Amino acid sequence: MNPMAGSDVVISIRDLRKTFESADGRVLTVLDAVTFDIHRGETVVIMGGSGCGKSTLLNCLIGEYSIDGGSIHYCTSDLDVPVNICGLSERDFNAIRRRIGILFQSGALFNSMTLAENVALPLREHSYVDPSIIDIVVTLKLQQVKMLPHRDKMPTQLSGGQKKRAGLARATALDPEILFYDEPSAGLDPVTSSAIDELIIDLSRKLQVTSVVVTHEMDSAFRIADRMVMLDKGRVLRIGPRSDFEALRDANAQSLTDPSDRLINQFLNGLADGPLTDADGMSEFEKLIIGTAASRGN
Amino acid sequence: MSSTPAAPNPSAFEPGRWSQIPRRLVLAVGDATAARIDQIYEFIGDLGGMVHLLGATMQWALRGLFLKTVKLGRASLVEQMVRVGVRSIGIVVLVQVFIGCILALQLAPTLESYGQLQMVANVVAIAVVRELGPLITAIVLSGFAGASIAAEIGAMVESEEIKALRAHAINPIRFLIVPRVLATTVMIVGLAVIADTVGVIGGFLTSWAALGITPETYFQQTQAALVIKDFITGLVKAGVFGMLVSLIACYQGLTVHGGAVGVGAATTATVVKSIVAIIGMDAVFTAVFYAFGL
Repeated sequence: MNPMAGSDVVISIRDLRKTFESADGRVLTVLDAVTFDIHRGETVVIMGGSGCGKSTLLNCLIGEYSIDGGSIHYCTSDLDVPVNICGLSERDFNAIRRRIGILFQSGALFNSMTLAENVALPLREHSYVDPSIIDIVVTLKLQQVKMLPHRDKMPTQLSGGQKKRAGLARATALDPEILFYDEPSAGLDPVTSSAIDELIIDLSRKLQVTSVVVTHEMDSAFRIADRMVMLDKGRVLRIGPRSDFEALRDANAQSLTDPSDRLINQFLNGLADGPLTDADGMSEFEKLIIGTAASRGN
Repeated sequence: MSSTPAAPNPSAFEPGRWSQIPRRLVLAVGDATAARIDQIYEFIGDLGGMVHLLGATMQWALRGLFLKTVKLGRASLVEQMVRVGVRSIGIVVLVQVFIGCILALQLAPTLESYGQLQMVANVVAIAVVRELGPLITAIVLSGFAGASIAAEIGAMVESEEIKALRAHAINPIRFLIVPRVLATTVMIVGLAVIADTVGVIGGFLTSWAALGITPETYFQQTQAALVIKDFITGLVKAGVFGMLVSLIACYQGLTVHGGAVGVGAATTATVVKSIVAIIGMDAVFTAVFYAFGL
């Protein structure tokens, strides 16, 4: 069955499961039954506490990790039919990789190359155009992220924010349809973080790309998201438009009857970090309160 | 954290305590055996990994040579050749001059006692060209280039550069490993030629200045001692040593984990494993050449 037939879905994730084996041989399920779609042109923010599986999900989406169950279908414009990347050969997946761009948490610039060479690398590797044309494209891409004055600098001469801008220029070098961002605001001061957010919004509008952003920075998430996906313990806890999450964030915790609404409210207001719930659906805070009450009762 | 001296434990002197000794001995032997078995598994895993890396490297190198669509990156190859080969000429020359000098001085008393002092030239020539030229060059390269390659690739793994390459649909083996392995393999052959020449010159300078052997006699003896197969066997060995050093370095770099500590460990492991592999391979070559009369 084609899960994306007649729709504007560009990535379709169905029952995604990813496990890891720990050093002592135990199997840890990091992602379980993750199901959602990403539509063409939208900005989806995947968020959750530390260890909830958001980075693992990103690595599965970009083909860095193999998956243990479910499917990830891509339907980029050059594909006639959606392609399930699970079990796809490296060579076949590379065709999809040319249609996606990734901004890594550290920028991941090649330290042995100048900024211009970094941006030119995907163009040099995947095209046979004249070097002068590549130079023009590099200039445009660096201009787009306001890094043109630094084109001949080495990555070690740049600040964290500048590295991310340059990484973004490289990620957009091949005019991708989908841009993945891994913690774009991590480690940046609020002003630089805000500037990176503006850049993401700007690029999404100008380039008409689909953006998938993994972050745990709430301010940043609310600035850039069209839709939000909240992960918890490897499962999708909630998915919906930004307005739904804004309503949950601004709601009075006492007025929320649904336990998951209360947990999301806690997280969005910075009152909880890490995996939100345990197997019994209790937060660390709830367990503490209940545990204390129980011990008093004894 | 400072530890305070433990107070004498009275139970240590109880009779029951001594009965535990055989059990503890068995446990200690068991633990040590298990650790060795783990090391053997790790060794087999590393060996398999390197064979896989060699296969992939050869495949990409051949595709790069014969298919126009596969870009090997000449600029990168030249850059690596300069880094591995040209920059290590100085240290190889220095070491080989010393080797030539040492050989001449060590051999002189024994050969003189047989009245064959001029034979110093023959032995130095054979030893340097067949054995010490390629061997010492490879060992120098394992520290000079191997460690640097492992550290560079390890740092790239840690800073997500390898992940970024894959994300841009650029194969890291084609882009990073092939130029390094090709450059090291080619340049070590050139370096071995230099090492052979310089080693013989080192032996000559010592023989002339300290042992009183005339230049004519020294070069006549050297010419008489060497045949073309000596050069060829030496250079074949050098090429294989170069491939070994670069493969070990690249493999150690690619399998780095644990941040800066992991990069440091990979660098050390590269030098140690390279030296062991070079000498082991040299023993195999020597046995094969001996068996076939080469």
